[in-house]
Amino acid sequence: MPAPHHPPRLAVALDAPRHPLRPDAAHYTALARLAERGTLDFVTLGDRFGGPGPDALGLLARIAPATERIGLVPAVTTTHTEPFHVSTALATLDWVSRGRAGWTVEVSTTAAEAALTGRRPAAPPAEVWPEAGEVADAAGRLWDSWEDGAEIRDRATGRFVDRDKLHPIDFTGRTFAVRGPSIVPRPPQGRPVTVVDATGAESTGGPGERARREVAAARADVALVRAEDPQTAGAARAALRDRARAHGRDPGRLLVLASLPVELESPADAAGLADLLTDWYAQGAADGFHLRPADPVRDLARLVEGTVPPLRERGLLRRSYEGTTLRAHLGLPRPAGIYAATPEAAR
Amino acid sequence: MSPEPRPRRQLHLAAHFPGVNNTTVWDDPRSGSQIDFASFTHLARTAERGLFDFFFLAEGLRLREHKGRIHDLDVLGRPESVTVLNALAAVTDRLGLAATVSATFNEPYELARRLATLDHLSGGRAAWNVVTTSDAFTGENFRRGGFLDHADRYTRAAEFLATARELWDAGPEGGPPRRVDHRGPHFTVRGEPPLPRSPQGHPVVIQAGDSPEGREFAASAADVVFTRHGTLEAGQAFSADVKRRLAAYGRRPDALRIMPGVTVVLGDTPAEAQEHAAEIRRQQVSPQTALLTLEQVWGVDLSSYDPDGPLPDIDPDPHGELARGRVRIADPQAVADRWRAVSRAKGLSIRETVIETTGRQSFIGTPESVAREMTAFAAAGAADGFILVPHLTPGGLDPFVARVVPLLQERGAFRTEYAGTTLRSHLGLPDPVRPARKD
Repeated sequence: MPAPHHPPRLAVALDAPRHPLRPDAAHYTALARLAERGTLDFVTLGDRFGGPGPDALGLLARIAPATERIGLVPAVTTTHTEPFHVSTALATLDWVSRGRAGWTVEVSTTAAEAALTGRRPAAPPAEVWPEAGEVADAAGRLWDSWEDGAEIRDRATGRFVDRDKLHPIDFTGRTFAVRGPSIVPRPPQGRPVTVVDATGAESTGGPGERARREVAAARADVALVRAEDPQTAGAARAALRDRARAHGRDPGRLLVLASLPVELESPADAAGLADLLTDWYAQGAADGFHLRPADPVRDLARLVEGTVPPLRERGLLRRSYEGTTLRAHLGLPRPAGIYAATPEAAR
Repeated sequence: MSPEPRPRRQLHLAAHFPGVNNTTVWDDPRSGSQIDFASFTHLARTAERGLFDFFFLAEGLRLREHKGRIHDLDVLGRPESVTVLNALAAVTDRLGLAATVSATFNEPYELARRLATLDHLSGGRAAWNVVTTSDAFTGENFRRGGFLDHADRYTRAAEFLATARELWDAGPEGGPPRRVDHRGPHFTVRGEPPLPRSPQGHPVVIQAGDSPEGREFAASAADVVFTRHGTLEAGQAFSADVKRRLAAYGRRPDALRIMPGVTVVLGDTPAEAQEHAAEIRRQQVSPQTALLTLEQVWGVDLSSYDPDGPLPDIDPDPHGELARGRVRIADPQAVADRWRAVSRAKGLSIRETVIETTGRQSFIGTPESVAREMTAFAAAGAADGFILVPHLTPGGLDPFVARVVPLLQERGAFRTEYAGTTLRSHLGLPDPVRPARKD
């Protein structure tokens, strides 16, 4: 398997496993700043439709002005929410962070979540994941629905926008339709980064898991795979890239990160983690890593003090940010809009 | 100048981010971005420097259309309100943060959670301007789709708000959370609240509709009314009407703040202010905007008319519907008759007539006279304060804060520091009483 060219991407979850998010801006701001000091690519914040806890996207918007470079990736659910609102909230997160937004596409499958709206019964992953893929598709079209440069402020004709550069998306999915265009001008990154957890927290196999993986292959810029060893991760990466190719995508535009639980009880653990990441990366297991600390406050501090320096010494992690957007950190281009006159192939 | 009596109660002030209509001038050299976060930061920090009660964002859910095409003459495009306000909470300390969010195209649980999140993350500064949306045109962007008639809009909004308040009240406050079990005609919501009770208990609720149903809804459930009645007489009548309705809901007259949206133009002399106001009106009504404004009344295509020529002789088409995503004009014929009369009497062209008859600024004068008029307006019972709508982004509020706020303070008509930390405390509203546990 060819080794990836770009140094490994590195992301970290700020939410503690099995603990709801806290309505505490200072706590998460401190963690995000720490991750930024470690020049990581992005932080993630898990969420469910019902919480409990604050809305993850709102929390990362609160943190955006208190950070400068780190990517901000909340989980956003697609089952009981409005695709239009999902799209505009993410576009806005990208505006307030000046191009640092992403999202982890999530679904809601429990009866408890369904009871919070009473609109539709709970449905299994095999049903809601294809819908999540459609929400991601519609959100992307809405982001593109304002071409770059649509705002012209042409005094002579009195026009604020060139309306030929605003496009209805006329999206019809199996459970929803959106006319468009968006209400928000195209965000700084063109499209905020779409992340899909391709394996999920509970690996059960079956059609639900396949549906989740298909969304990752078809729609994700970044796919997360949970794996216990580099061979499994590498195999998952290869499989996802194959599926992406089958969807007509350039597999180079799909970054696969191994998502690993970490528990850094001592400085030696932090150094050991650096060795492990170096080793997995050398084996071509992944394009990078998404770390899920058991205790974010403790583990993130140890990571920045003990894991980041050796990675930097080995040339596997930047010493300072070169770009300002999450796409720049990840080495992903800013996509041309699908409605733009310039064809994608020309870029 | 003779000394005037100290006002009974201090004014409340809010700032509206310049909106997507022709009030906002986009071709002035000082006009900045309507979307960059820096513009929002500038306006919010200016409002906070002026010790304003809150900063207000409107909502858009579909781009407006005219003659079947997207309306392109005004500013359009804006960010999603709640997300911007969460970010602004990071760059302000005391300023209230008000989001307009439709009760028609959202669900109570999700929105209650988003607003409680904002209230927590801002330390008790969140407000929600509850609006309803009736048109199927906007519905085309949403799962729900469809159309609600006017009366249903408010029954849905009232039940939406009541459900949100059940969720806010059920949040744990030292004890375990209470389960919410709401079953009504519009919503069925069962489950645990997402968050502990937020700093304000309930985010401040604003209402902006002017219909009888809207006024009734305000009297029953709102903390603040955002009105369009920016003249003294209309303000007094509106204020008396809405406050009279409060008693039926067991609410005292001071439970509701009435705040008209107003525009202010300042000058060093009265003449300079008038000149400046006229210049802004010309910027707001371009030749193209003048024709379009006329078409909205006439309901027919008037593109062949010269904006610098006379008004059309033809009468409006009462069934014409060129504009979508806008509030309809109730009686186009009456408006047309009035405009033609103005045009004839003063010899005005189409553009001059539109300038003359629409959107005149509320307060025009020297800082001293504006401060005096605003204070008198409130003393006469026409308002509890004002929501200022600047015409320029991002600097449109700067002159008022620099020149009028100090004068209001000297008159004892406005605070000289924030006494509390929450928006409720700025507005002088009591904390909502949490209902006793029923179980």
